[in-house]
Amino acid sequence: MAGPRYIADSADELKAVPLGGLVAIFHRPSGITHLLAPPAPQILEALASAPADEEVLLARIEERFDVEGGAEALVPRLAELEAAGLVRRA
Amino acid sequence: MKHEHRLKVGPVTFRVGSQWAAPVRQLAELYRDYPAADAVCDFTVRLEAEKPWRRWVRPSVAIRGDYMLPDAVPMALEHGLLAAEMGMNLQMALGYRRHLLLHASTVERDGRALLMTGLSGSGKSTLAALLGEAGWRLMGDEFALLDLDTGTLHPFPRAVSLKNQSVYVMEERAGPNRLGPWLKGTPKGAIRHFRPSRDAIERMSEPAAPALILFPRYGRDLEAAVRPVGPAEVFVRLTQASTNYVALGERAFDALTHLVTTVPALAIDYPSTEAALAQVEELWAK
Amino acid sequence: MNAARLLVRALAEPSSARSLRDPEWTALIAVARAEALIGSLAYRLQEEALPSNVGTIFEAARRDAEQAKRQALWEAEMARRALAPLDLPVILLKGTAYTAAGLDAGLGRSIGDLDIMVPRDRLDEVEQALLAAGWEWVKEDAYDSLYYRRWMHELPPLIHRERDRMIDVHHTILPLTAKPKPDAAGMIADSVELDGGLRVLSPPDMIVHAAAHLFADGDLAGGLRNLWDIDRMLREFGGRAGFWPELHDRASRHQLLPAVQRAARIAADFYGTPSPTGWTRSHKVDRAFRARLVARNGWGQATRPALRLGFYVRSHLLRMPLPMLARHLWIKARR
Repeated sequence: MAGPRYIADSADELKAVPLGGLVAIFHRPSGITHLLAPPAPQILEALASAPADEEVLLARIEERFDVEGGAEALVPRLAELEAAGLVRRA
Repeated sequence: MKHEHRLKVGPVTFRVGSQWAAPVRQLAELYRDYPAADAVCDFTVRLEAEKPWRRWVRPSVAIRGDYMLPDAVPMALEHGLLAAEMGMNLQMALGYRRHLLLHASTVERDGRALLMTGLSGSGKSTLAALLGEAGWRLMGDEFALLDLDTGTLHPFPRAVSLKNQSVYVMEERAGPNRLGPWLKGTPKGAIRHFRPSRDAIERMSEPAAPALILFPRYGRDLEAAVRPVGPAEVFVRLTQASTNYVALGERAFDALTHLVTTVPALAIDYPSTEAALAQVEELWAK
Repeated sequence: MNAARLLVRALAEPSSARSLRDPEWTALIAVARAEALIGSLAYRLQEEALPSNVGTIFEAARRDAEQAKRQALWEAEMARRALAPLDLPVILLKGTAYTAAGLDAGLGRSIGDLDIMVPRDRLDEVEQALLAAGWEWVKEDAYDSLYYRRWMHELPPLIHRERDRMIDVHHTILPLTAKPKPDAAGMIADSVELDGGLRVLSPPDMIVHAAAHLFADGDLAGGLRNLWDIDRMLREFGGRAGFWPELHDRASRHQLLPAVQRAARIAADFYGTPSPTGWTRSHKVDRAFRARLVARNGWGQATRPALRLGFYVRSHLLRMPLPMLARHLWIKARR
């Protein structure tokens, strides 16, 4: 069963600057600055302009990074990103 | 308004109007060494009676102006000078947009600036005033202005508001002529305003590149200590110390991320001002 | 010249600013800030040669307006996302609407809260969806809440707990206790969809709403700004074929023709706004309205307290019949 599909703004809507282990992100549409810890920046990258449900998203991320805890670990992060307006339902 | 004084601090010209003569007279005296104000004022501050009859009966000064807080508590007339200072601070905090405004003090030596920020009570004002009498140029004790294009810090050397014991410390170092009248029983305690040195005032349009960020913390029982602060923490603390970071948008993000990734930052604990001065000199030499 | 009149003149004829002396510039800036028109003025005078620090002040004001616009549109977008599952028309009102629709009235305009209108019979669902998406009541007070729900044209204000921005959810454009009864369903039916799915009122209804807000609801505080909105919209829409008769019809249907005609008359007087013959015949009471609108001096202080008090009392009379007003003021005073 496929859950909801998510999408993030394209890369040119965001400006990211690594600060130590975190990433400061300026989100152009809102003018809001976010300070994100992994795996949130990776989720944004994987969803930029390419919608996916949770399963597809996890597969995309695992291709490039190790995600501790698998899909379970992504769900709360995804909800936070949606509440922050960085990810929306496709 | 009946009484008026215009003054220029750093890049900003204020027009302060008052229904009473005393606050404006004290303000003019405190800022007597400052250069002439610009012809058109950036900000207007009004000291006016909270209600019409309060001009005479138990006079109380409401702080108003271009930008104001709806729930600001009025002050006693004898604290009118403080009200004028607070009115100017309010315009800066709520309305200033030309630089990224950081709630921080700044001093300069050899063209390089030391930025100090911390909670109120951290002693950054007194520390900046002291350094200003000890071979450094005082650029500002309250607001640091970070240039959004060049990344340099612009001076804003207004009079330093000193509390209780700090007053005596500065009087001893700089003499009595640099201090304004005692304002006793204010919401901030007993205070006097301290005029920066002539050099600091004359060079108030001369910027400097930031070289070190300090987060001082004062405590009589603290051991003198230094620890490095990572860029993410510096970034968060400086966004919290800025009143116009959000309003300035992406340019503020660029300027601040550049600052925190290029300038080293340290937190220092100090038990006395002497210890702090020694720590600053030692860290600066590195 | 009265400082508020200086502002009116500078907005109406930007070239008039060339003759301003330095103290008049300071006064103009103070009064423009007090009337929340500094951004509009900064855009209006963009092409004029200005004294150097005036240019700097206006440049900052334009940047501020850009940022305010970004924030307002984002707030609207977040409300759209929260309400999307309900599949109902969400209509932006006031500043956010002008900005989202790209109208001249949105240029440099200050924008405070997000104002939206939704169908009245869907209000409960909207409330629940907003609460679930992070908005919270500003004040939890039974009397206020009852007052809003029974008599007002909107939900009690909500604020977003993360973004700290307020939203006012309207179901019509005037309090239910006010004498004119606008046709809210008709406004929703005629609303226009924007890219992205949000909606705005039709051009005539936008003007009816602005005029209602100015003359049939509030105490005229900040009225110069609202009147400037009306000027911009009448100029932008006024040239369209059939616009004025349509405006007349819509205003009549919403029982707000007197407010709309008064707005057109005073806008013509202040800002030189064009309007058809027959609309601008002067009216005795207009004089008080005009005086109220420019009751501000060069220090940004409100002047003419008696006149302002008169309009304050009037604003409450407009909203509520007298016995209800007495009860409302009594309960407010006891707290």
